[in-house]
Amino acid sequence: MDSLATSMHRKPRLRLVALLTAPVLWLVVAYLGALATLLVTAFFTIDSFTGNVIRKFNLGNFHDMLTDAAYKNVVLRTLGIAICVTLLCSILAIPMAFYMAKIAKPKSQKILVALVLTPLWASYLVKIYAWRTMLERNTGVVDWLLRPIGIHSPGFGGPAIIIGLTYLWLPYMILPIYAGLERLPNNLLDASGDLGARNFYTFRKIVLPLIFPSLVAGSMFTFSLSLGDYITAQIIGGKLQMLGNVVYQNFSINLPFAATIATIPVTIMAIYLYLVRRTGALASM
Amino acid sequence: MWTVKMEEEMHTKRLFSRIAVASVAALILAGCSSGSNSASTGGVPKVDMMKKLGAGEGQVNIVAWAGYVENGSTDPKVDWVTGFEKETGCKVNVKNGATSDDMVALMKTGEYDVVSASGDASLRLIYGGDVAPVNTALIPNYADIYSNLKMQQWNSVNGVAYGIPHGRGANLLAYRTDIVKPAPTSWGAVFDANSPYKGKITAYDSPIYIADAALYLMATQPDLGIKYPYALDQKQFDAAVALLKVQKPLVGEYWGDYLKHVASLKSGAIVLGTSWQVNINLAKGEKTPVEGIKPVEGSTGWSDTWMISSKAKNPNCAYLWMNHIVSPAANAGVAEWFGEAPSNAKSCALTSDPNHCATFHAADDAYWADVYYWNTATEACLDGRTDVKCIPYSEWVKAWSSLRNS
Repeated sequence: MDSLATSMHRKPRLRLVALLTAPVLWLVVAYLGALATLLVTAFFTIDSFTGNVIRKFNLGNFHDMLTDAAYKNVVLRTLGIAICVTLLCSILAIPMAFYMAKIAKPKSQKILVALVLTPLWASYLVKIYAWRTMLERNTGVVDWLLRPIGIHSPGFGGPAIIIGLTYLWLPYMILPIYAGLERLPNNLLDASGDLGARNFYTFRKIVLPLIFPSLVAGSMFTFSLSLGDYITAQIIGGKLQMLGNVVYQNFSINLPFAATIATIPVTIMAIYLYLVRRTGALASM
Repeated sequence: MWTVKMEEEMHTKRLFSRIAVASVAALILAGCSSGSNSASTGGVPKVDMMKKLGAGEGQVNIVAWAGYVENGSTDPKVDWVTGFEKETGCKVNVKNGATSDDMVALMKTGEYDVVSASGDASLRLIYGGDVAPVNTALIPNYADIYSNLKMQQWNSVNGVAYGIPHGRGANLLAYRTDIVKPAPTSWGAVFDANSPYKGKITAYDSPIYIADAALYLMATQPDLGIKYPYALDQKQFDAAVALLKVQKPLVGEYWGDYLKHVASLKSGAIVLGTSWQVNINLAKGEKTPVEGIKPVEGSTGWSDTWMISSKAKNPNCAYLWMNHIVSPAANAGVAEWFGEAPSNAKSCALTSDPNHCATFHAADDAYWADVYYWNTATEACLDGRTDVKCIPYSEWVKAWSSLRNS
C-alpha cells in the first residue's frame, strides 16, 4: 500500500490516469456509447414476421420517417409543445425569481427556495395523475374553478400537456434565474433608476441581458425535458402523441425504427446547443 | 510559468482523448463480436423440448395478461397463486403485459420463463425462437383440455405443441348504461361519424385494432370481400385504415393501460368502446354502471396459450406453473375473474357461479363461430387466397403508428 502511494506520488501521469479512467469510461461507455448504439441501430431493419433485428445497413427507416407526413406532424407538435413550455416557464419564473432574489428578506429567501424545490420531492407520476383528476372535463376541479367565468377545463390534449409539463419543469427554470439574479449587483438597478429609467426599461436593458445566460441554462432543461417526455402525453394527452410516444410505441415491435425516431430529438438538441453557443451564453454561464 | 501549466493542460487533454478512444474501440469490438447470430431463417428454429421434470428452482418469472396471475393483492378472494407457491416452493414473479407486442418484447429479453401468449404473439414467438416446444406428457392436466383448443394453428407447428391452451374470450363493446341510450347492438356505434358520444369513445391502442375495423367492414361492406380480418389485401387494408381515420375524431382516448381505461369508464370521460370483460368487472366493482356485449357483427377475441421461454432459467417451476394454471380449480378461478371461457372441461364444475361456463359459452361452438381470435397477419394470406399478397403485421404496425400521429 505504501509503495503504491509512493509510486502514485512520483508519477503524476499515473495518478491522473487512475483518477480519470472511471469517469471517462462512464461518460464514453454509458453515455456516448449509448448514443452511438442508437445511431447504428437506426440503420438496421427487422424481420417482418418475428420482429427480430436484422443487422444489415439500410436506409428504409429514414425513408419511412421522412416520407410519412404523420411523423412531420409529430415533430412539429412536439417542438411546439417544448417551445410553449419553455416560454411559459420563463414568463412564470422571471418574476418569481426576481422576487426571491431582490425583494424578499434574506430569511424568507431560503424558505422560498425550499418551497420552489418541494414539488421535486413528490413523484413525477403522482403529480401527473393529480393533474389528470384536476383537468377532467365536467368533474375536475379546474372545470369547477373556471365555470363561474364561463370557461371549461381544456380536458385532455395539447393544452393539458403544456400545463402539466410547465408545472413539472418550472423549478428547473426558477433556480438558474434566481442564481443569476443573485449575482446581479443591486446598485446597477439603482443606477438605472437614478438615471431616470422606468422599471420596465431597466428590466429590458439591464436585467434581461445580464440574466440571459441563466435563462438559456433554464431553457435547456425545460426544452430538452419536454422534447423527450412521453409519460405526461400518455396520461393527460388524450389521443395526442409526442415524439417520445412514437418511440415507446415502436420500440417493442420495431426497435430500429424507434431508434430512427429517437435521433430526431438528439438532432434538435444539437442544433439548439449550437445556436446557444453562437449567442455566447454558454461561455458566460 | 504559464507555459508549463499549458503544457500540462495539453497532456491532460491528450490523455483524456486517449482513454476515450480506447474505450470507444473496446465498445465497438464488444458490439461486433456479439452480432448477427440471431438472424432468422425461413423455418422454425430448432429448440429442445424438456424431457423430464426435476426439482423446482424456487421461483418462476411470468409475463401475463392482467388478471391471469392473482395472488389476492387485487381482491383477497381472488388467489390461485399463494397455494401454488406453498405447494411447490416456486415463488411467482409476475409482469403484466399491456399488449401482445409488449409481451413479445418482454419474452425476447430472455428474463422470463413463461408467457400467456395470444394468437397474435404466439407464432411470432415460435418462429423467432423465443419459446420452446412443450412436452405435454409432463402436464397431467393437459388431458382435460377441450380437444378443439389443442394443436391449433396458433399453438402448434408441424404437429408439435408449443403451449397449453388457457382460455378464450371475445373483445366486447362496453358502454355506460346510464349515459349511452339506447344500448348499442353494433360496432357501428364506435365508427359513426355523427355519434352523439363524440370525444367519449375509446379504442384499443394496438395495431391489432385494425382487425376490429376490418371485422366491421366484413359485415357492412361485402363488396370488399373480406373473409378473415387478419388476411387483408391492400384494398381491404386501406379501407380498414380509412375507417379508423373516420373514427379518430370520435376517440377521446386510445387505451393500452387497463387501469387507466377502467378509471376513464368510471369518471365518464369514456362512455363507449371496445373493452375486455375483466375491465368491465373491475369498473362494476367500483359501482360504475357499465355493460359489455358481443355486437351483431361478431367480434375479435383471443385464445391464449401458456408458453415456455427457450431461455427459461426456471424450467421446472415453469412446467409446474403451466400444469397448475390449467388445473380445474385455477382455470375456473382465472376464467371467472378475467371473464373468459375456461379451457379445462373440468373447470365448469368448480366455478362459483354455476352458470359461468354457459354464460361464456365454454363448450358452445356456435358462439365462437363469429369470434375471430387474434392472429399474426402474414404476407401469405391466412384465409387461403393465393392470387393476392396480404399486408403483413409489420405494415400494420407502421399504419397504426402513422394513424396515431397524424
